[in-house]
Amino acid sequence: MRWSTVDELIEYGPFLAEGFLENIKLSLVGFVVSMVLGTILVIMRVSPTPVLRAAGTIYVNVVRNTPLTLVLAFSALGLSDTLGLAFSDVPRTNSFWVVALGLSAYTAAFVCEALRAGINTVPMGQAEAARAIGLTFMQTLMLIVLPQAFRVVIAPLGSVVIAMIKNTTVATAGGYLADAAANMKEVFDTTGASIPIFLGIVVAFMAVTLPIGFLTGWLARRLAVAR
Amino acid sequence: MTDNGDATPLVQMEGVNKHYGALHVLKDINLTVSRGEVLVVIGPSGGGKSTLCRTINRLETIDGGTIVFDGRELPAEGKALAALRSEVGMVFQSFNLFAHKTIRENVTLGPTRVRKIAKDQADKRAMELLERVGIASQADKYPAQLSGGQQQRVAIARALAMDPKMILFDEPTSALDPEMVQEVLDVMIGLARDGMTMVVVTHEMGFARRAANRVVFMADGQIVEESTPDEFFTNPSTDRAKDFLSKILTH
Ligand SMILES: Nc1ncnc2c1ncn2[C@@H]1O[C@H](COP(=O)(O)OP(=O)(O)OP(=O)(O)O)[C@@H](O)[C@H]1O
Ligand SMILES: [Mg+2]
Repeated sequence: MRWSTVDELIEYGPFLAEGFLENIKLSLVGFVVSMVLGTILVIMRVSPTPVLRAAGTIYVNVVRNTPLTLVLAFSALGLSDTLGLAFSDVPRTNSFWVVALGLSAYTAAFVCEALRAGINTVPMGQAEAARAIGLTFMQTLMLIVLPQAFRVVIAPLGSVVIAMIKNTTVATAGGYLADAAANMKEVFDTTGASIPIFLGIVVAFMAVTLPIGFLTGWLARRLAVAR
Repeated sequence: MTDNGDATPLVQMEGVNKHYGALHVLKDINLTVSRGEVLVVIGPSGGGKSTLCRTINRLETIDGGTIVFDGRELPAEGKALAALRSEVGMVFQSFNLFAHKTIRENVTLGPTRVRKIAKDQADKRAMELLERVGIASQADKYPAQLSGGQQQRVAIARALAMDPKMILFDEPTSALDPEMVQEVLDVMIGLARDGMTMVVVTHEMGFARRAANRVVFMADGQIVEESTPDEFFTNPSTDRAKDFLSKILTH
C-alpha cells in the first residue's frame, strides 16, 4: 500500500463510484426482498402448522450457518448455471439478480430471527385478546403481534441491514464483477494497492451505514410501545 | 339486549374434561348458561375457573365432552372458530388492550377487521360505547396512559363493539387498585341490567349479590355447589364452600 497517489483516487473515482452505485442497488433490492422473505419465514416459524414450522426452522438454521460466499456461489453455479434459472439474457443483469436474491435469501434468515426475538417480547395476552375478538391467526399476527414485535427490534434490524450493505462487497462470489470491491481490485491490479482509494471506499460505505445506525436508533426510541 | 325470547340455553357444557399433562383441571363439567343470565363463578385459586371460562370461546381446547354455543357445537379451528369468538366477548384480568393502538382503535379494530364495518360507522359506534363506559375524552390516548380501571372499561367497550351474544369476564377487577374496582363493577352491573348474558369469574360478593342470577362454586376442577347468590353467601351447603367463604370474608 502506498500513500503517494491521491490523484489516482480522482482519476479512478468515477469508475469506483459506478461500482459503489451497484452496491447501493444490491442493498436496496436486498433490503426489500429480505424484509418480505424474513417476515414470511417468521410467520412460518410461529405458525400452528408443524410442517411450516419445521421448514422455517430448517431454512433459517441452514442458511444462517452457511458462509455468504457459498450461498452466492450456490446461487450462481447451482441455480443459475445448472438449473438454467435465468433472470435476464444479459449476463451482467442476470448476475446482478442472482447476487441480489442470494443476498436476500441469506439476510432473510437474520431478519427472521430478529423478528422472532421481537415476537417473544409481546405478551401472550395481546394475541389472546386479538383471537378473542375473532381475528384469524394471520390477522392477529399482521395487525397485533408483528407491529409490536417490529418496534422492539428496529435497532437490531438496523444492524442486520448494515451487515447486509457491507456484504454486497462479496458480490464477486456470485459472479457479479461490477461492484465497488470488484472495481477496486481491478484498479489495484493496474496501480498497485492505494490507501486513498481504499479509504475513499470505506468512507463511501460509512456515509450510508452510519446514518442508518443513527436513524434506526432514533426510530426505536420514537416508536417504542409503552406498556 | 341479546334476549330474543329463545328458550334454548346459550351455552351448554356436557361432560367436559380437560387435562394439562397429568393435571386434571376440569372434571366432568356440566353447566348451562341461559340467555340473559349472569353467572358468577367463584372458588379457590387453581380450581379451574379461568380454564372453564376460556373453554367457552375455545381459547383452551377440551379433551372430552361437548360445548354447544347458541345451538352449535364449538368449531375446532379456522374461520368458523374466529366467527364464533367474535360472538363471545372476553374481558381479561390484565386488560390486554392492544398496546400500539389508541383507545379508539382498540374498539374499532374488531368491527372493521372482523365485521367489515365502514370505518366512520365503527368510529361513531366506538365513541358511543366509550361514552357509555365513561372514557370518551381519552379516545386518542394509548392504553399505557390510562389507569387500570379506565383500561378495563375500554376492554369492556371493545368487547361490546362486536355486539356479542355473551361476555366472559375472568377476574376483571383483581388487578385493580381498590379505588378503581367499583367503576368497573358499575359498568358490569349496567350490562347485567340491560340483559347481557355474562359469565363472571370474581370474588366480588357485592357484584354477585346485586347482579348475579346464579353462583357456581368451583374447586379442584369440579363444580361443587350451584345456587342463588343469597343462598350461597348466607347458607352454603358444602363444607368446601363454607371453608372458602370463611377465608375470603376474614380478608
Ligand atoms: N397453560 C397451563 N399449563 C399447565 N397448567 C396450567 C395451565 N393453565 C393453568 N394450569 C393449571 O391448571 C389449574 C387450573 O388453573 P386455572 O387458571 O383455571 O385456575 P383458577 O381457578 O382460574 O385459579 P386463579 O384463581 O388462581 O386464577 C391450576 O393448577 C393451574 O396451575
Ligand atoms: Mg384464574
